[in-house]
Amino acid sequence: MVHPFTKAELERYSRHLIIPEFNLEGQRKLKEAHVLVIGSGGLGSPMLMYLAAAGVGHIGIVDFDVIEDHNLQRQVLFGVDQVGASKAQSAKDRILALNPHIEVTVHETRITSENALELIEQYDVVADGTDNFPTRYLVNDACVLAGKTNVYASIYRFEGQCSVFNYPRPDGTRGPNYRDLFPSPPPPGLVPSCSEGGVIGVLPGILGSLQALEVIKVISGVGEVLDGRLFLFDAATFGTRTLKVRPNAKNPLTGENPTQTELIDYDMFCGLGDAPKEERPVREITPTALTEQLQTDTPPLVIDVREPYEFAIAEMGGVLMPVETVPERLAEIPKDQPVVVHCRSGVRSARIIRMLEDEHGYDNLLNLKGGILAWQEDVDPSLARY
Amino acid sequence: MNSILIPTPLRKFTGGAGQFESQADSVKGLLDDLVQAHEGLRPHLYDGDGDLRSFIRVYVGDEDIHELDGTATALAPGSEVSIIPAIAGGIS
Repeated sequence: MVHPFTKAELERYSRHLIIPEFNLEGQRKLKEAHVLVIGSGGLGSPMLMYLAAAGVGHIGIVDFDVIEDHNLQRQVLFGVDQVGASKAQSAKDRILALNPHIEVTVHETRITSENALELIEQYDVVADGTDNFPTRYLVNDACVLAGKTNVYASIYRFEGQCSVFNYPRPDGTRGPNYRDLFPSPPPPGLVPSCSEGGVIGVLPGILGSLQALEVIKVISGVGEVLDGRLFLFDAATFGTRTLKVRPNAKNPLTGENPTQTELIDYDMFCGLGDAPKEERPVREITPTALTEQLQTDTPPLVIDVREPYEFAIAEMGGVLMPVETVPERLAEIPKDQPVVVHCRSGVRSARIIRMLEDEHGYDNLLNLKGGILAWQEDVDPSLARY
Repeated sequence: MNSILIPTPLRKFTGGAGQFESQADSVKGLLDDLVQAHEGLRPHLYDGDGDLRSFIRVYVGDEDIHELDGTATALAPGSEVSIIPAIAGGIS
């Protein structure tokens, strides 16, 4: 039989080759496939390892980031020695060490409306392992416009979702896409990213492996892919569900009256483009200025509006008063002396200050600029960053 | 008794509860009971016109209520209703 494999490859892939419905033909399809993995982080780590190990012949990696200590809790592609190095390049080195019979292309860039189509057009299948709504919609729309299958997974704390979008069907149509499921994103702040909300480290390992599985099924044609279905996994309860995803007649790309024929500004679409009206500035104090104030005879009162589990990681003194408890603890916030409010980065504390000014007549509140992260940088490097 | 599953991002409005039960026999009745018990949820489930927001889906079993009778969908006893939110995490 004519096939493209060396003896070493035949031996390497033999456990695939002896699955009757997969066999040499499935393996040949993997070797010829071009797969673009967007994001080499939590989801991308297991995905890239398994796609490389399985013998996907051409793998592209899009990532602009560098490896940080707090990635190692789940991004198993990387080790301590690579902290500070390029994720995409390190990922390439790692998976080529795993399988030298494949080609890996590094795209060390942020995927944007300007470069997405050009990037995606070079590949057969896209696997989205990104971490924010603007990029999710960008990848979805680019896949629909370029006619590529988008293997999707997403995680948050203990919950994971997986689906295959825009999958070509035998009748020439394509399966539902992300916009059929979620026509528009939640407002900024409602669903925090994993960097704000956290994620249990093994969860991306599970979901990223499921993504790799679906990529392999899409390429090989073996099995039934998650087309028109959304798989949900709750790691906390071990609950799993598979729901139907239906086309949405109002989908601006693929609905009955499509209105969108090109990529748009996804930050604007996700409400990140303009500062919302209520975001009026509050008075601020820098960490350095606060240290000086704290040395005086009339130091300001410091209030920390973070959660207790954040306080346990790093604290800089002050009264712990989690955001939700502030309305019932007004008696502890004086009006006759300066009060400095802080959180992790300064966003929550600014929101609380606006609320206290608008609803309770405070005019003595200062926001710690940059939050405890800035304090760590400028005043107390011994604190842990998170 | 029918139950509705609350996804993680919305649990901060239910005091951490991941599930809510009520005797209601329709999706609307169940959602009404839910937001009555947890008023903070209302603006996250409904827009100003009282329509369900577009970044959440409501399912009965494995079917989207849009494919059934919308919020008027009747619930047989023991139905499992779920709220599915958009989540975006993955890379970092």
